Amino acid sequence: MEKLAITLTVNGSEEELLVPPNLTLLHLLREELALTGTKNGCEAGECGACTVLLDGEPVNSCIVLAAECEGKHVETIEGLAERVGMRKLQEAFMALNAIQCGFCTPGMLISAYALLQRNPAPDELEIREALVGNLCRCTGYDRIIGAVQQASREEEPA
Amino acid sequence: MNQPYPRLPGFKYFRPDSTREAVEFLSEHANQSRPYIGGTDCFVQIRDRKFLPEYLVDLKGVAAYHRLSFSKEGLLIGAAVPMNTVANHPEIRARYPVLVEAIREVGGYQLRTRATVTGNLCNASPGGDTIGPCLVYGTEALVAGSDGERTVPLTEFFKGPGKTCLEPSEIVTALRLPFPPKGAQGVYRSIGRNKLGDLAIAAVTVLGYPETDNPSGFAFKISLSAVAPTVIFAEEAQALLAEEALNRAAIERASDLCARACKPIDDIRSSAEYRRDMIRVLARQGLEETCKKLGIVI
Repeated sequence: MEKLAITLTVNGSEEELLVPPNLTLLHLLREELALTGTKNGCEAGECGACTVLLDGEPVNSCIVLAAECEGKHVETIEGLAERVGMRKLQEAFMALNAIQCGFCTPGMLISAYALLQRNPAPDELEIREALVGNLCRCTGYDRIIGAVQQASREEEPA
Repeated sequence: MNQPYPRLPGFKYFRPDSTREAVEFLSEHANQSRPYIGGTDCFVQIRDRKFLPEYLVDLKGVAAYHRLSFSKEGLLIGAAVPMNTVANHPEIRARYPVLVEAIREVGGYQLRTRATVTGNLCNASPGGDTIGPCLVYGTEALVAGSDGERTVPLTEFFKGPGKTCLEPSEIVTALRLPFPPKGAQGVYRSIGRNKLGDLAIAAVTVLGYPETDNPSGFAFKISLSAVAPTVIFAEEAQALLAEEALNRAAIERASDLCARACKPIDDIRSSAEYRRDMIRVLARQGLEETCKKLGIVI
């Protein structure tokens, strides 16, 4: 299969790669760039474990082709981890025991982070709707919802 | 449930930057190529080996397909405009709230960053959430192909489950929605196996508006989803509500007519009997709520 040359920015670094057309963004991140924080749950765009930000908006990377990402900015959980908004969410998740096996967590955090960027004070229904595309088999969701609520209420750290 | 293969099969990727280039390529490689935009249905179907195109044609490279604009006649939604962009547009929320309501039922937020209304229509699922609202709003599909351009009313677009009237070289370039009738109100009511996120196992779209030519003083468009090979209008219910005084009894009878109009099947998600019962309930709820919004005391 003929490979395509693409240049994209991943977590602030420019990457030049040769990719087969059928390589998804998910596999590019995990296998070509060793960014394994993004998880593979369903390969069908249903579970959200593969959620990343593409040009600032959350997408299921398992159903985005690497070839489509020419010139685009991708941010994974590794790249977002130091952002203030993300750290508040991570600390709230830990404080409220919203993590069990941890597999859904990177995708949950990215969806929650994207929600708080566009809606800093969501109500419970808005949080639930924003996280509909992120499945969790462990927690029963309530602690995750609570953690997002807590993170949205906290003051900016000094 | 499908047993998915772990990887997408091999294919070649082509990204045209004009309608002419897209249509020429699709004509030359008819039946070997698949046009796509968001890929949210397409990639899943390819992974499941439902079809194995030699070429995937990415239509997002055509700048015109990203247009989202109002004119004197109504709204134009370019084929490549993602659902979130449509649903977040303040004027679309004001003028086409039923479409926005349905979009919010599709998958999850991150899916709707990529999924498009055009793609939802072209996928032609009998239960596609945006199909009912697009039908009641009188949507037309702007189609381009090797024989030129044509406009297809959505009422003529769907031929069966997963089947549209599009020829192999044809693509939908945009959707045109006329402005709704003055005073129009409506709802989209669907039911799934859970409260949020599941696809519709039955859904009803209602649009009502003042119509002084009708004995009832109003006209209603009612479409039923996931209960027939395509999304259908409940024509007898619509006729009843045009003719008769609008009260609780009329709504009950109209809801019954909706239940009788549908032709549901048993499948992995639900039974025909349950779907029919739910159509009756959803129609009643949808009509009651629409009447309330229209200021009709029932």
